[in-house]
Amino acid sequence: MKRIYQTLIILTILALIPLYGNAQCKSFAKKVCKLELTPYIHDGNYNAAVLTEGEDAELYKTFYAGQNYRIYICGSDALPDIEFQVLDVSRNVLYDNRKNDYSRLWDFKLESSQQLIISLRVKNNEEESDELISGCVAIMFGIKDEMD
Amino acid sequence: MNIKLLHRKTLSFLALFIAFGLIIGCSSDKDKSTDSDDLITIDSLEIDEQLIKDVKTVKEIFYSLPSPLETAMILKQAGAKYNEELLNPTDNTSKYVTNKSMALNLGIYTTDLSYASLFDQTQATINYMNAAKKMAEGLGILNAIDEAIIERLEANINNRDVIMDIISETIMTSSSFFEENDRQALSTIVLVGGWIEGLHIATNLVGADVDFNNNELVNRIIDQKLTLSTVISLLDENSDNEDVQMVMVNVNELKKIFDKIEITSSKIEPVIDEETNVTTLKSQTTVSMSPATYNELKEKVKVIRSNYIL
Repeated sequence: MKRIYQTLIILTILALIPLYGNAQCKSFAKKVCKLELTPYIHDGNYNAAVLTEGEDAELYKTFYAGQNYRIYICGSDALPDIEFQVLDVSRNVLYDNRKNDYSRLWDFKLESSQQLIISLRVKNNEEESDELISGCVAIMFGIKDEMD
Repeated sequence: MNIKLLHRKTLSFLALFIAFGLIIGCSSDKDKSTDSDDLITIDSLEIDEQLIKDVKTVKEIFYSLPSPLETAMILKQAGAKYNEELLNPTDNTSKYVTNKSMALNLGIYTTDLSYASLFDQTQATINYMNAAKKMAEGLGILNAIDEAIIERLEANINNRDVIMDIISETIMTSSSFFEENDRQALSTIVLVGGWIEGLHIATNLVGADVDFNNNELVNRIIDQKLTLSTVISLLDENSDNEDVQMVMVNVNELKKIFDKIEITSSKIEPVIDEETNVTTLKSQTTVSMSPATYNELKEKVKVIRSNYIL
């Protein structure tokens, strides 16, 4: 009987982890990540998830000619470096932050509108450890109003 | 930010447990398969294999549509003028009583709000923020737009940067609320509502005598063919929702028209400006759209949008 209770408690905790993680992620994206977009204005979209070292994510988005964009990959400080690439629809690499000391932001503009893929991966922790590190990773987009 | 630490042994146990569940699940599915399942074409086999590969290797996939704020900025950048007659009147808010209509019109009003604020229309900005507030409240989005936000908006009504920051924050609060509460279908409908409103404003601002080959607004309308595939992917993710299915019908009608537009793009070449550290993605795009296709698109957007604003 005791074992059943223990199992139920563990399953409940496991079920609640994503909810807790989501709430933490939102707060993190709002309070920490948004600031890094300045002087660009956050577009308002929320793209964030709790990732564990070694895990990856991809985002598909159309970027428009004439706009100035900033991509900021915002990850919890305790996470290892985050690799991120910007690819075209044929998966040709247009930007790779490994060539730029794992910079988490990239400013760009386009001559013609394009659908691009943002591909990111949390690196594995290089230190030998018995534990896997997880944390919030948010993909933020800033745009600039340059009409005035 | 708290970090979740998971023991490798616990994860190994969970992995074994999940693998066992998957083996059982897959065996059951196999038993249920019909003869017709075996008659697949080479093309669909290739697509399925690619899909399986993607699902196995990528943990999270996001499809991002232009937010109402970005839509308004794209319009302005393309030379759009302000025309309040094109917007959904704020008196209409009382018409929206279902989740679907409130979600669609939250997107529509937020696009109208962003458009009005970018053109420094102070009273319209306040009115559309209040209209969006009513939709958000109806959908149960707590604190997305509270009285403090309205007061902050009014206090900074002549400071466009602050206003845009407020709008950006309300969009984020709404979308994250849906995400946290497992209501992604509604979040998708909000975005589609905003996207349709952007198309409605853009198609109505293009004059009858415009040069189709040399007009930025027309180009941005054509570019929506690229965004359309993201709209469809996003709707597909929530296709078990009845409201999403209804929206999907409209989007597929638009797809039939967008399919008549041809876009070809050269290879993209990134060029970095060392001084500003801004990269320009250089490429040449050629597009082909007949005036008849444009008129068909404009008419279809008008019909869909009329159904959404009721």
